[in-house]
This record gives sequence, C-alpha cells and structure tokens, in this order.
Amino acid sequence: MEHFFSVLGIWLGALFTFAIFSFLYKDNPFYKVAEQIFVGLSAGYWFVYTIFFILIPNLFDPISQDIGANWIKLFPAALGIMMLMRLIPKTEWVSRFPIALIIGTTSGIFFLRYLKSDVINQLTATMINPFAGSDPVTIIGQLMLVIGTITGVIYFYFSKKHEGAFGVTAKIGIYFLMISFGAAFGYTAMARISLLIGRLQFLLGDWLGIISP
Amino acid sequence: MTEKITRKQIDRRWIFLFMFIGVALPLIFTIGFPIETSENSEIVYDLIDNTPSGSKVILSFDYDPASMPELHPMAEAVMRHCFRKKIKVIVTALWPMGVQMAEDTFSQLKADFPDVSYGRDYVNMGFKAGGIVTLQAMGKNFREVFPKDMNGTPIDELPIMDGINNFNNINFILAFSAGDPGIKQWVQIAHDTYGITVSGGVTGVSAPAVIPYVNEQKQLTGLLAGLKGAAEYERLTKEPGSATKGMDAQSIAHMIIILFIAIGNINYWRNKAKEKRGA
Amino acid sequence: MKRKIPLVITFIVGIVVIISEFIPHKPFGRISGELENWYLIIAGFAIILGQMNLFKVNLFKIRYKQKNWQFYIITLISFIIMVSCGLFWGTENNPGLFGNAESITSVVGSKPFDYLFDNIYQHLQATMFSLLAFFIASAAYRAFIARTLESNLLLIAAILVMLGNTSLGSSLTCWLPENLKFLHLPNISSFIMKFPTTAGQRAIMIGAGLGIIGSSLRIILGIERSYLGGE
Repeated sequence: MEHFFSVLGIWLGALFTFAIFSFLYKDNPFYKVAEQIFVGLSAGYWFVYTIFFILIPNLFDPISQDIGANWIKLFPAALGIMMLMRLIPKTEWVSRFPIALIIGTTSGIFFLRYLKSDVINQLTATMINPFAGSDPVTIIGQLMLVIGTITGVIYFYFSKKHEGAFGVTAKIGIYFLMISFGAAFGYTAMARISLLIGRLQFLLGDWLGIISP
Repeated sequence: MTEKITRKQIDRRWIFLFMFIGVALPLIFTIGFPIETSENSEIVYDLIDNTPSGSKVILSFDYDPASMPELHPMAEAVMRHCFRKKIKVIVTALWPMGVQMAEDTFSQLKADFPDVSYGRDYVNMGFKAGGIVTLQAMGKNFREVFPKDMNGTPIDELPIMDGINNFNNINFILAFSAGDPGIKQWVQIAHDTYGITVSGGVTGVSAPAVIPYVNEQKQLTGLLAGLKGAAEYERLTKEPGSATKGMDAQSIAHMIIILFIAIGNINYWRNKAKEKRGA
Repeated sequence: MKRKIPLVITFIVGIVVIISEFIPHKPFGRISGELENWYLIIAGFAIILGQMNLFKVNLFKIRYKQKNWQFYIITLISFIIMVSCGLFWGTENNPGLFGNAESITSVVGSKPFDYLFDNIYQHLQATMFSLLAFFIASAAYRAFIARTLESNLLLIAAILVMLGNTSLGSSLTCWLPENLKFLHLPNISSFIMKFPTTAGQRAIMIGAGLGIIGSSLRIILGIERSYLGGE
C-alpha cells in the first residue's frame, strides 16, 4: 500500500507539473485550478508552521509551563491578538499599536545595519589602491571598481541636473550600471534554466525513469 | 517604427518548444563538458576544509522548493563535506519551507553517514520568522529564539547545543539563500555586528546583488552562485551530483538564448533596413 | 489618540534600538533585546493574520460571485485541507491534536501534511517558477536589441556572462595560451562579476542603503506615517 501511495505521489507531481506547463500554450482551467491549489496549500503551510515553530515553542509553552518566569511574554501575546483585530473593520485601529512596535524596531535596526553594511563597509571596500594589483588585468579591474562605484553613486544623485562634467560622470556611471544589469540578466537566465532543468530531471527521472534521478 | 519592426516576430510558443527540447535532450544524452572551478567556490571549499573537526557551524536553509534545483545540490554537497570533516551542523531556517529542505538533504545523506547522530552531530532547530530582527536576537540569546528544536526537544537536552548561547562558539555560518530574509541579513548581523565568518550559496538571480559583499573586508567569505556554483562545489569535493548532471543542459540552454538574441537582432536590423528602403 | 500613540511608540522603540547599539548596558540593551524577542512572536501573529485575511478575501469573492469565483472555492478547500492535516495529525516532527497519525503513516508512508507538501505543493511551486525559463528566452529574443551604446554594453555583458557560466563556454576557449588566459570565457565572466558588476551593484547598494536610512529616520521621527493607514 505504501508503494501505491509513493507511485501515486509521483503521478500527482507529474499531473500538476503539466497543469502548470499548460499555461505556456495559453491560459486554461487546468492551470487556474493548479494555481489556486498552490495558493491554498502555501497559505496552509505557512499557517501550520507558524503555529508549530513560533507560537507553540516561543509563546504557548513558556507561558503554560512557567507563567511566573515568563509573564513578560503576555505582552507580545496581547500585541499579537491586537494585530489580529485588524480583521474586523471596527477594531482595525487597534492593530496600529503592534504595527508601530514592529515598524519602530525594524526602522531602528535597518538604520544601524544598512548604515554599517551597505554604506560604510561598501565605501571602505572601495577605498583601495587600484594600482596595487599583481598584473595589468587586476589593475584595470580595480580601476573600474573604483571609477564605476563613484560614477554610479553620482548617477543616483538627482538633486543636481545631469549636465556638464557632472553629466559626463553620471553617463559613465550608467555604462557601469548597464554592464552590471547585463551580468544580472546572464545570472537570471542561468537561474531560471536551472529551475526548468530541475523539473525535467523530475519528469524524465522520477516519473518516466529515462534518466537516473 | 519600432512597433512595426518588432511585430514581425515568430510565435513565442515555438521558442518555448525549442527551449523545452533543448533542455531535455542533453539530460537524456549527456555530453559531459568539463567543469571549471571559480575562485569564490574554492574559497568556500577551503573554509570548510580547513575547519577543525568537532567545530560547530550553522547552515541556514533560507529557500523553498522554487529554488531547489539550484540550492539543494549545493546544500547537499556542503553538508556532505561538513560530515566528512566531522563538523557539527546546526540547521536554522528563515523560510518555513527551509525546514523541509534541510530534512530532505539530511535524509539523503543519512545512509552515507550512519555515524552521524541527531542531536550530537546534527540538529534542525526549525523555522523562525522576523528576518533581520530575529537574527539580531539570536546573536544576543540563541536559546531565547530557539528554546526547542524542530522535534520539540528542549535545547538543554541537545548535546550539540552545549555552550551555544549566541554566535560565539560558532565557527562559521553558511546560508543557502533564495532572497530576503537570507544571506544579506546574515552578513549584516552575524559578520558586520558579531564578527562571525559568513559564507553561502545563492540563486543565480541574487548573485549579482550579493557580490559586493565579497570584498577585502570579507563580509562574505566566498560565494556559490547558482547551479554552476553547486556543480563547482561537487567537483571540488570530487562527488558529482545532480548539479553536475544538469550542467550540459545549462550550456545548451544558454546557447539557445544567445541564438535567439542573435536572431532577434538580425530580424530587427533587417526589418529596419527594409522599412528605410520602403520609406 | 488612535494615531498619536502609535507614532510615540514608533519613536520611542526606534530610538531605544538605536541607543542600545551605542549603550548596550541596562536599561537600553535589556529593553532592545526584549523588543526583538517580542518581534518574533508578533511576526508570528502577523503571518496568521495574513493567512486569515487571504481566507476572508477569497470568501468575499465567492460570496459576491466575482469573476472566476469558482476557482477561489478551490483555494479555500486546499487551504482548509492543508491546515486540517497539519493541526489534526501534525507535521513530520510534531504531533497534532489527534496524535501522531501512526496508522495513516503506516499506509501512506508519511503524514498527510507531508504527503501534500512532497507530492503536490513542492511540484506546483517548482514548476510555477520554472515557467520563467521559457519567458526569459522569449524576452531575450524580443527585447535584447542592440540599439544604443548602453544596450550594447548590456547585451555584450549578458552574453559573456552566460557563456562563461557554462561548461561549453570554457571548452570554447580552453585552447588559449597562458599569456592570453585572461580572454578565457570563464575568466572574462569572473572579471565582469568581480569588477564592473560589483561597481554597479555597489553603487546601487550604497544608494539604496542611504534611501533606507533616510526612510527609517523619517519613520522614527514621525514624518512618514503611511504605515498607519488612512483615517
């Protein structure tokens, strides 16, 4: 019986794979059904995992086992329930309090972390001696790195009109951005094809058994 | 005029069919193009290879089935390497489906590593929401964020978690990341705030956005990018897997896209010349 | 009160988190740490809110027979099935309200929740995203036209990276002599990633970083209030 369900599972997988692929020909009811099942299962999965992995171990268990030591957790519990009150139009405003706490914490942490990791550390990483490389290719590359970063940042400065020397610098910045977008396209193509390869490995391997899975 | 020119194009369904066949055939009839390794993959390999046995590391599974073909082979190769080096693996997940991804990876390796015992050499701590804020909380008090593992076993009863109160006794963190929250947040918190070595593997889509972190300050120590990164790692560990098998199809598919770009350009310029002559 | 108190909460919480970075001692470090732990629990409730809202919205669509309403019945049914399976019989590692589903597991091979995940959900999600492989090929054919210097740069970078990232690409130029090895396709691809791409992406990162810092400050200081919604 277990073997039957295992085979059935593979066939279900193949069936839903084709239902989604059918969209490539044109939109159709099979695709729509598969799409809605996907949305429903996904929401259900998040719901169940949130209960089992967050609410039970981090809230319900500590409170039910030792409320004396964990009374402080009643605050996030109350705030969480206030969050759920957003579902009722009349009490929607109550959810602003937990949202304010979430937004305040996130803003504070974002302010600190982005300042350090994405601004200061990136500027530090750009402050290199471009001529310190061991070979001409590295030196050219490092020069591109320094020039590209500075001109790219200048391009994003929109408070001054892009004309004259400033405009030329911004234009150079665009060229670097274009190269980086090209590379990003190359990587995106690679990523998307990998996903198709994964699907075909399932269809040809697990389902049809033509290739070893 | 551009509209007029681009109108004369082939039905995209032919492109779809060509793509489907182009990817399927190399999977059936393998060619075996050689795989070259890159500097970033070698750095990740060296990081694990030079870690003393008995060390504890965090592998974070921050992806879902949508990115499985890229990140799963990577995760399997890296976890295999860790077990071979007798490194103790603590799994966390910032994406709920990451828990299943990690379990799937571990179950595939179980047969090859019968000595690896759950709770002593490997543990799956499960999923936690909250992204960067939760990571910051983990850096302060790991036990508060993860009071139990995914089976509901209290953290105090897991030998592997002895002495783990924050990131201090962790040798490095390696995140398999398909987006946000993921490797970016690990860099911002674990490396830039707590000074822990962070490395990882990302999907091809996210690689260009993450690459600035691979710098002289070692915000990221090496990076495995996409299926190619996974295949490179498999080559470094000399244990080819599904990523290596997929690289032939990847090569052919890339050539097909380049071919279509060429045809698109030829079409455009030919039609433009015709329009000019007609005008 | 309905708007002012949340603004005050945001201000106090944001400031405490920032101060605790520089004064990690009591009370700031303690309060900040506690807020982060609360955040995890509130985020859990927020996820639950999201799923319940999805249920509500779909129910609304069915009730008022909006376009394609029949399909939303399927969304609700699959949601209810997944949640019921998870809560009643548990997940692979967690028992549910009805226990550990040993009898079902002995027949099916896994718990109902995991069976649905492994055999339906996983395939649906993976296939949904794999569709993009086809669309990216089509987009490359239609949109990747070399019209200007900028589009030429984009095109050339994309082609070189695509070639360099394949085993075929490395086979094409592996015959190059040692002094011309920098022209080897994987090396060109690595060069593009390591220098000009890093430069471009770093510029974006710095720009976006400054934007996020600015937005954070606006939120903490109460200048940006859109997150509170309309009155």
